[in-house]
Amino acid sequence: MSRYLADRLLQSFIVLVVMSFVIFWLMGLMPGDPIDLMISADPKLTPDDAIRLRKLHGLDRPISERYVNWLGSAINGDLGFSRLHAKPVLTILWPALGNTVLLLGISFIVSVLFALPAGIYAAIKQYSAPDYLINLAAFAGISIPSFWLALLLITLFSVILGILPASGTENIGGLTGFWDTAKFLVLPIATLTIASIGSHTRFVRAAVVETMRQDYIRTARAKGASEVRVILHHVLRNALIPVVTIIALDFGYLFSGALIVETIFAYPGMGKLIFDAIMGNDFNLAMIAFLFATILTLLGNLLADIAYGWLDPRISYGESNESSGA
Amino acid sequence: MSELVIKQQGQSTWALAWRRFLKHKLAVISGCYLLFVCLLSASAPLFESLWDIDANQANLFNRFALPSAAAWLGLDELGRDVFTRLLYGGQVSLLVGLLTALVAALFGTVVGLIAGYRGGWVDAILMRLTDSVISLPLLPLLIVLAAIDLNKSSLPEAIIQSENISLYRIIFIVAVVGWTTVARLVRGAALSLRERDFVLAAKVQGASAFRIMSVHILPNLISPIIVATTLSIGNIILLESVLSFLGLGIQPPVASWGNLLTNAQELIFSAPWLAFYPGIAIFITVIAFNFLGDGLQDALDPKAEK
Repeated sequence: MSRYLADRLLQSFIVLVVMSFVIFWLMGLMPGDPIDLMISADPKLTPDDAIRLRKLHGLDRPISERYVNWLGSAINGDLGFSRLHAKPVLTILWPALGNTVLLLGISFIVSVLFALPAGIYAAIKQYSAPDYLINLAAFAGISIPSFWLALLLITLFSVILGILPASGTENIGGLTGFWDTAKFLVLPIATLTIASIGSHTRFVRAAVVETMRQDYIRTARAKGASEVRVILHHVLRNALIPVVTIIALDFGYLFSGALIVETIFAYPGMGKLIFDAIMGNDFNLAMIAFLFATILTLLGNLLADIAYGWLDPRISYGESNESSGA
Repeated sequence: MSELVIKQQGQSTWALAWRRFLKHKLAVISGCYLLFVCLLSASAPLFESLWDIDANQANLFNRFALPSAAAWLGLDELGRDVFTRLLYGGQVSLLVGLLTALVAALFGTVVGLIAGYRGGWVDAILMRLTDSVISLPLLPLLIVLAAIDLNKSSLPEAIIQSENISLYRIIFIVAVVGWTTVARLVRGAALSLRERDFVLAAKVQGASAFRIMSVHILPNLISPIIVATTLSIGNIILLESVLSFLGLGIQPPVASWGNLLTNAQELIFSAPWLAFYPGIAIFITVIAFNFLGDGLQDALDPKAEK
């Protein structure tokens, strides 16, 4: 297990380093460079000044040399300044990360709270009318474009009913209390929850159906265990193993969902931060925020793998190269 | 095509699959709907000539006109016909969905076949690559790829200046991240198939690795590849629409279901109905592709229990 873990950590690290170069290179291919931005901000700069400035900041060097320079200062803790916010990158990153964790955390919990009973019920009553309905609803949840769902919710609750704010995080004049803040979270959380509830329900249903077919379930029934006990004690405990993994692996999708929802609702989280930084030519911030997102996704996958091995002792890592599938 | 097969071969594998498919009512309905949407979108120029309009022609005196006999869904914020633009958007969204899924499936199949058949360090490297692509934050990566300035890249001028560049670009970038599912699927199956007797027999007869992969292994994998590809189309249409919605995918004036919604948020107080049609089109089409994939899975891969 520990060898496997070290192996995975090393792999994640390599991915991170390769990705940091790829992203650095791609950012260099984006329209405009920092000097272009200075020129557009200051009409007195001559073309000669621009060449001199490019040389001063090393922008005339090949991309690989610039990457090594950037990496060197990043390792020494200098992550640079954000152009849009005029602050050190890290001071912007942490609050945004907290906001996103809050948003994703709550919608994740709400989604699982709905998906667990719905998926279990559908699996127990397989091929019945309720199962059919739950499946249909789950497919609808998977297929709905989340940005459109957000627009529909805004239309209904902000435009027609006028009971919830359409975007932002606080009223003019600052926060006035817990409920006022909560109001701004309702629509983003609802959007994210509806968007993920469908796939969660299908995972739970599939896992429970699979478990119900096992011999030990028949044994439990044969022993005379009540149906409730069979479900709660025997089925659920085993069915939850794959569910935990798949849901943890879903982290990358959750993050993509956060980007869409935060952008539409003007919620100051990591997703909106990355989007604004890329669109606003804020290279330093975009670079670090992107790497942060990559680290989080890699960590999520790693945790999923570890959780899988921990929940199911039959799985041993390291012996065969077949077991690395997740 | 499938009906033809039934007449010729009676109880062939495909005929049995077709029968199983017909039992999945939702999949059949979805298939019919998708056929209808494709035909309707393709006939957009017909509607234009019928009403003597141009879908891209602004008509500022009739902005937000209500539906009428000549404009079934009314006019948009620039006075363009909503219905024909929706059809043109459908052409683009469906084309992107189908083409990207095909490109991704092709690439994934090649990677999976080589990894599974060769095994060893080739397999290790290719699968590490696959794992790595899966573990990247999808949407931020797509946004960076969609935002780069192609004039700074070393692509030929003719491609960069092409008017369909935003179409090619979105197909390419979504395919770059979309091939992993098929690659894993094919690799896993190829890994077990290569140990089977018929592959050994082919090897003994002196068949080349390419021939074994393409003639002996690949045909056994067609069903799962078809299922995975169909199931991926819905997801690809969602990705295209969200990128276009954010202003990074298909660029106006070319319409796609995603970019028809770009202005929807600003107009949500004045004309909320404009946000309804493209969204419902995406929603129903994605659902239909998912049901179709589900039905194909039941039909082609009856052993796989969901």
